[in-house]
Amino acid sequence: MRTWQGTLLSVLLAGSLLLLGCGQEAPKPTAAKPEAAKPETPAAAEKKAPEVPGAKTVTIGFTASKSGPLKTEGERQINGFNLWMEQVNAKGGITLADGTKVVFADKHYDDESNKDRVQELYTRLINNDKADFLISPYSSGLADASAVIAQQYNKIMVTTGAASDSTYSKGYTLIYQAYTPASRYLTGALDILAKLAPAAKKIAIIHEKDKFSTDVVNALKSYAATKGYQVVLFEGYDKDTTDFGAFINKIPPGTDAVMGGGHFADTSTLTKQLHEKKVNVKMFAFLVAPPEPKFAELGNACLSVIGPSQWEPAVKYSPEAAKALGMEWFGPTVTEFDEAYRKKYNEEPSYHSAGGYAAAMILQAAIEKAGSIDTDKVKKALDDMKLMSFYGVIQFANAKENHGLQTGHEMVYIQWFKDPKGGFVKQIVWPEAAAPAKPFLCPPK
Amino acid sequence: MLQQLINSLADGFLLGFVYGLAAMGLSLIWGVMAVINLAHGPVITVGMLTTYLLFVHAGLNPYLAMIVVAGVGLALGLLIYVTAVHRVISAPHLSSLLATFAVNMIMLGLFNAIFGGDQNNINYSLGSLSIGFLNLTYARLLAALGAVAFTVFLYLFLFFTRTGKSIRAVANNREAAELMGIPSARMLALSFGLGSMLAAVAGSLISTIFPFTIFSGGPYELKSFVICVLGGLGNPLGALLGGLALGLMEGVIPIWMPTSWVPVVEFGLFVLVLVVKPAGLLGAK
Repeated sequence: MRTWQGTLLSVLLAGSLLLLGCGQEAPKPTAAKPEAAKPETPAAAEKKAPEVPGAKTVTIGFTASKSGPLKTEGERQINGFNLWMEQVNAKGGITLADGTKVVFADKHYDDESNKDRVQELYTRLINNDKADFLISPYSSGLADASAVIAQQYNKIMVTTGAASDSTYSKGYTLIYQAYTPASRYLTGALDILAKLAPAAKKIAIIHEKDKFSTDVVNALKSYAATKGYQVVLFEGYDKDTTDFGAFINKIPPGTDAVMGGGHFADTSTLTKQLHEKKVNVKMFAFLVAPPEPKFAELGNACLSVIGPSQWEPAVKYSPEAAKALGMEWFGPTVTEFDEAYRKKYNEEPSYHSAGGYAAAMILQAAIEKAGSIDTDKVKKALDDMKLMSFYGVIQFANAKENHGLQTGHEMVYIQWFKDPKGGFVKQIVWPEAAAPAKPFLCPPK
Repeated sequence: MLQQLINSLADGFLLGFVYGLAAMGLSLIWGVMAVINLAHGPVITVGMLTTYLLFVHAGLNPYLAMIVVAGVGLALGLLIYVTAVHRVISAPHLSSLLATFAVNMIMLGLFNAIFGGDQNNINYSLGSLSIGFLNLTYARLLAALGAVAFTVFLYLFLFFTRTGKSIRAVANNREAAELMGIPSARMLALSFGLGSMLAAVAGSLISTIFPFTIFSGGPYELKSFVICVLGGLGNPLGALLGGLALGLMEGVIPIWMPTSWVPVVEFGLFVLVLVVKPAGLLGAK
């Protein structure tokens, strides 16, 4: 008895250690508790630049949420970036003012959606991996943590998937935001409510207690006050919350709209539980999750939900529109991007995908304009940038108090409709001028 | 206010049965062999993951999957007992505590290597039942019914079968039970298996209500400790009552204060009960 027990124990332990070892060697370490399985040398992923004779390789470094709660958004962002790099390198890279050819390579790590890992990894990207330019991780909290490192080491960083306003009021001079700031995320939803239900006065705000969502709902609350709305519930939840019963039960009867949310995982769960609990309001408007194509998997729970989106395949940006506004057009058209993305990944691009592409494209535009990869020259090009692309207008604030804040790009709002075949489709419903569909109020439950 | 109170009480009450089931597993193991099982959380996660995998890959209804989960939990409990607990069962408490903690770390490492840290969701919505302003989701109702069914099963097993009576005899006095011809090692292993089975089934029921990650068993393990202290260590029925008390608290506390205060009150109560009545509210004197 003792012998076979001992053998079984040895086999179990050996097997566990082997598997643990394999887990650390794997290209996708996925611990949500990095302290438990933090490798000495983090597993990096990289795409080398193609062999172009005489070309200089520029390395773009970033961390990405390949695991953890921000995985869905993080992976789409990487997809967008990879598509950009593939396209620009396929064209032979770009040519600088002195005739040097530049091709791009990337170096990135999985940050496990964990803020603690980000600063360590960005320092590594700059010092060990010699990244020339940086792109932020996904989410405002992670981007904010990485921005301080980029500024400290005098590296230009374009943030994407990071909408919080506060990062740009810290005096940084090398951090540039691709997204529309958080303060303009949900205010349009109130405008839709005012248009559809002028008598509506009570809104409940349930939000994730992270940096981005808090910035968004604080701006929403202030905007609601100026529009005469009464905020009947204003409460935050922790990022790992899965039981929203207590929050849902606190929504007072007579509430007209429920707004807020946070990121994909929590907002999807909140939406599902609101549906199961048959919460009867005129409007649901949530962050991040609704524009994701995967949101349709919620079935009837997704119907009528409104969400702000940085970009949708149906947006109307075009070289003609740029010309009419007296702006330069840069990069692929909306259709070209949409088709190339679908072809490569066999899925519809979300705004996170577009954001990943746009961040790298912004760097490309600045390098081309500067004709150099020198930090000061590229910074000058970014400061002066005013262009339109498939992603929308790109322009950055230059004032000391909000340097790098995105001022050109606009949000659109999508809503989920049921199509005649019983499936669910999202349509842009706001702003009215750019919307192919009209918004509607939630059907009574 | 009344609407909120009734809905919150109902939600908390139903969830309390599931909490109680998870805690019963912990309480049973403590009651029979005086081992604090720190691998309880990962076993709960095994229940969640098994249900999820059977649902996603085999298309098995999550409520039917519970039966498979019970078998997996029992087998896993027996394996943990044989490999990590049996040799240290008569050693000081610290040894068994460390042994089960090691199992906890091994299991988390395995989950991490195989499944990663992503959130998993069993997309099986049953809708809800509305009676006036009371609204109950069927997922919670079925989870509570499942928990009650397994509690009844445990009760019948322990009190009306020869093996169950043997387990109780070993719990009362191991040496006397051995002198009466009861194979105590087998009974201890079976108790550990049953405790793990209850934990795994609780995990399965939780996965039908909420999304989860490989770390989700941890918070339920902590809740199980609070429940065991409320209900009395080693008293499975007390654990069920403790679970209901905790569920009700979680439902009602957010009415008067922000939800983030719930753990403060829960663990404050945990410390208070430990100080005033170390064996638990329904524990032996």
